[in-house]
Amino acid sequence: MGDTEIELSVFLQFLFSGLTAGAVYALVGISLNIVYNSTSIINLAQGEFVVLGGLGMWYFLEHLQLPFFLSFLLTITVAALLGLLMERLTIRPLIKKANLLLMIMVTIAVSILLKGLLMFKFGKDPYAYAPFTEGEPINIFGAVISQQILWVIGITFSLILLLNLFFNKTLLGKAMRACSLDTKAARLMGINVSRIVMLSFVISAIIGAVAGIAITPITLMEYDKGAILTVKGFTAAILGGLGTSKGAVFGGFLLGILESLTAGYIHSGIKDAVALLLLLIVLFFKPAGIFGSKEVIKLRKL
Amino acid sequence: MAKRDYISLLIFALLILCFPVFVQDNYILTVTIFAAINSLVALGLTILMGYAGQISLGQAGFYGIGAYISAILSLNFGLPVVFSMFLSVIVSALISILLAIPALRLKGHYLAVATLGFGEIIYVILNEWGPGGPSGFGDIPQFSFLGYTMSTLTEYFYLSWFFVGLCMIFSMNLINSMAGKALKSIHDSETASVCIGINVSKLKIKVFVLSAIFASLAGCIYAHFVTFLSPSTFSLHYSILVLMMVIIGGMRSLWGAVVGALIITFLPEALRGFKEYDILVYGIVLTLSLLFLRNGIVPLIEDLFRKKA
Repeated sequence: MGDTEIELSVFLQFLFSGLTAGAVYALVGISLNIVYNSTSIINLAQGEFVVLGGLGMWYFLEHLQLPFFLSFLLTITVAALLGLLMERLTIRPLIKKANLLLMIMVTIAVSILLKGLLMFKFGKDPYAYAPFTEGEPINIFGAVISQQILWVIGITFSLILLLNLFFNKTLLGKAMRACSLDTKAARLMGINVSRIVMLSFVISAIIGAVAGIAITPITLMEYDKGAILTVKGFTAAILGGLGTSKGAVFGGFLLGILESLTAGYIHSGIKDAVALLLLLIVLFFKPAGIFGSKEVIKLRKL
Repeated sequence: MAKRDYISLLIFALLILCFPVFVQDNYILTVTIFAAINSLVALGLTILMGYAGQISLGQAGFYGIGAYISAILSLNFGLPVVFSMFLSVIVSALISILLAIPALRLKGHYLAVATLGFGEIIYVILNEWGPGGPSGFGDIPQFSFLGYTMSTLTEYFYLSWFFVGLCMIFSMNLINSMAGKALKSIHDSETASVCIGINVSKLKIKVFVLSAIFASLAGCIYAHFVTFLSPSTFSLHYSILVLMMVIIGGMRSLWGAVVGALIITFLPEALRGFKEYDILVYGIVLTLSLLFLRNGIVPLIEDLFRKKA
């Protein structure tokens, strides 16, 4: 192989690892958007649901030795229930106060609570399980791509497709979109807004858990990864424009790839600084994000 | 300052002066010094949250910057401790301005996540490039002033609580000034504040910088008291602890910061048996206090006294 070929294969290797991380950021970003659209709250506990997905899957699959699909279903059920409980017990009693600071604090409190529960159950060790499919990694121009990476990217795009269908084709999905545009008008049209809020927490908990299930065989999962995932997901959502789903996908992949290239070509230690730098740059120059508009942000309730 | 502010300061000063006379237990004195250091950080966050309605999850970052810069300047460059502390606080203030200008232009969530990210990045930087890396470094000079070096616990007790008193007086003056009244109005309604001619974003930036100054000052005291630093002290966990101090003490009350800091600093000692599960205990305490004790402990006590009177 010549030098350029080696360079190309190294670049592709970084690109694919960036896409993998980016897929997770995109999913976290999308789930942040779903809750944000129905409540104007950023759920700072979102990252914990990703951790819950990975650790829960490990528990059912490796510890209880259950079949793959059953473990998968049980994990997302647990996540959905926790999302529901979170909304019922902490969001619903406080949201009427319409106090942004209070809502931020309560999602932080829930994130600490979830982190504490996860540590209580799983301790501080990292966990992983076997990739979804056995088999040789795929070789593309000298870059070695494990099959799990394809799974992560495939699952991400399938989820995006499903959500698109849900929000555009089903009555419930349309009702959720109506709430995000104008809660009062939606209520007048007979939409049960508080049920929509609950649903948005459940859906975003499930998306988070699926992201965690898919990524854990590659990156391992431990109890305290949630906070940094929330920051990255939020950065992804802001990059693309808070509230827009295609924005979160774009922002997520962009962030993932930039991080991976920074880690590969500059220094692995400053990988995590990329997200904050991007976040600050966007906040400074185009706060509405790449696909968002200023007017949309100004219309928000909180 | 109001009359009750003077009275509360007087009681505070008396308690601090008498405490080491009655309590000579080294262990309790040490924990109380840490409580004073935490009070400083919490006081800054109380003003930011309770009076400007903004949130920061990155106070550990400023705390860490303060500690590391002062330690490095005095240890490696041989600067007098007072001078290194001063420089370190200035640097933290400058960094906080850089962070605040983009982040404060928008509403709450942006600041929460930007500061959360900021704290994480400082943590990463301290781990990667801090002296000694993750394991940290020691032999930091003790606090000295005009040629006198402090070495006993009692001296550090008075020093740390002296700074708390100083920052408290400063904060009380701020709250009672025009700026304080403007701040209160920001907390209640930003839109209304803008309408009556308050420069909201400038004021928010000032308060954010003030909270960073208090946190870095606390970091300096920590560095020269403990004389050993490692990054783990300055992780996100600490920012969350400070947030808990503010919420539990009561973010609408300056003394709430001190009460909250005392409770949260002594809590792990009371919960020694739960050491492994401290995060869970913190999560439960924080969630419950947000749901049922939203104003915190100090306003609750004040209400009790008022009813009796």
